[in-house]
Amino acid sequence: MALLGPNGAGKTTCISVLLGLRKATAGEARLFGLEPTDRRARSRCGVMLQESGVPDTLTVRELVELFGSYYPHPMPTERAIGLAGLEPQSKQQAGKLSGGQRQRLYFALAVAGDPEVIFFDEPTVGMDVESRRLFLQSIRDFSKQGKTILLTTHYLEEADQLAERIIVIDRGLLVADASPREIKSRVVAKQVSFTASTPLTEADFAQLAVSNLTIDDHRVRLFSNAPEALLRELFRRGVDISDLQVVGADLEEAFISLTHQAEEKVTQ
Amino acid sequence: METRAKFVARLRNPAFTVLSLGLPVMFFLLFDAIFGSLQAAPGVSTAKLILVSYATYGVGNVMVYNFGIGLANDRGRKLDLLQRATPLPPVVATVAYVIGALIFALLSLILLGLVATVIGGVRLDAGTWLDLTWRLMLGSFPAIGLGMAIGYGSSPNAAPALANMVYLPMLFLSGIFVPLRQLPSTIQHIGSVLPTYHYAQLAWKTIGLNDESTLVALAWLAGWSIVLFALTIRLYRLDQDKKFS
Repeated sequence: MALLGPNGAGKTTCISVLLGLRKATAGEARLFGLEPTDRRARSRCGVMLQESGVPDTLTVRELVELFGSYYPHPMPTERAIGLAGLEPQSKQQAGKLSGGQRQRLYFALAVAGDPEVIFFDEPTVGMDVESRRLFLQSIRDFSKQGKTILLTTHYLEEADQLAERIIVIDRGLLVADASPREIKSRVVAKQVSFTASTPLTEADFAQLAVSNLTIDDHRVRLFSNAPEALLRELFRRGVDISDLQVVGADLEEAFISLTHQAEEKVTQ
Repeated sequence: METRAKFVARLRNPAFTVLSLGLPVMFFLLFDAIFGSLQAAPGVSTAKLILVSYATYGVGNVMVYNFGIGLANDRGRKLDLLQRATPLPPVVATVAYVIGALIFALLSLILLGLVATVIGGVRLDAGTWLDLTWRLMLGSFPAIGLGMAIGYGSSPNAAPALANMVYLPMLFLSGIFVPLRQLPSTIQHIGSVLPTYHYAQLAWKTIGLNDESTLVALAWLAGWSIVLFALTIRLYRLDQDKKFS
């Protein structure tokens, strides 16, 4: 499950409340039906927080062992290190790890207690491409074992790759809660552009399902959820077009349009 | 587990190890070389006084710096936040931390003892060493309180400076660095209230150079512990409120 939102949306606050690290000003949070501060609830959760640190002078193995010891049924240290892909660094001190390796160390610490649910707050921030790939692989491996993972991110792409369910929030408000496919279909999916042999006007598109239409002399740009049907209709009308391009709208754009929709709802 | 981790993490930090283990040994050797041959009292060499004084300084040192700088660093890098989200109860973490520091203090004492015996040629019999050890461990609680108060009350950058500014003058004012009788009487009065003064009294008893009885010294130290731990709890709550509300 991914908690998706732009900076300042309230993702970290939400996780902090769920973990009992912050008190909710209204309403209540429950973990496994218990207070989030309850030890029994915490024994079943692993956590990776933003900007949290560990003593620089302990080695990867020592830290994983240590965090495992906080839990009643830890997973074998080797397995936690393996899941994080840190075997080559297991004897290195934490202070000597690169940024991406450090993040993977925090992942190892989060899974060390063999939890049922893991909370990741912006896990891939500051990771290089290779580290990020390894890390996303670790998350997939872990979820295959039937574990629940809740991660926050501001990359829709990341949420799309990993999550079965995406919750979009913005400025503390719920914007959407659906599968990645649904989230994507709810937003304008394709950008269509072409050059028409005869000048077109906006009136020509009045009956068609398009948005963000811009006509610059012969050049037409628009967004459509059903570009195939749109083009079929244009051809049927005998519009002669050239230089056709159909591209998937950027996921970031999709995300922006989604939060804007919510904003309009709020202002209405 | 938690104790061992805290202990190992500190031991591998060269700045901390040198400060806690090296300084008392260095000071001892320096002052022993200058004043060691004098008589502190009939039948007691100054070397013994210097040894016991720097043993006291050393153990207090471990406590003030270990907790002062260590806790401030843990807070600075948000280790406390990460640990808070695990099932480890904060009380267990704190107790583990104290045990780790006591072991470290013992290490500092053993090192100083070895250096004093082998290089300094200062002999204390085994009974005196044991007597000194329990006194220094039990009497170190105000130093733990002071360290924790500094650790929860200051940032990682401010903690070392604050620890020095508070702890070092206390040592000067209570007769550990300079014999109290050589200081002006006003300062003697101030000094005789400080926890370090009573800590030193507790330790000097082992070589018969104390001015107050063990019970009086322990009572003072217990009082200071209550004051400093109360301050620690207050600062801890403030810190928690800032972080978790």
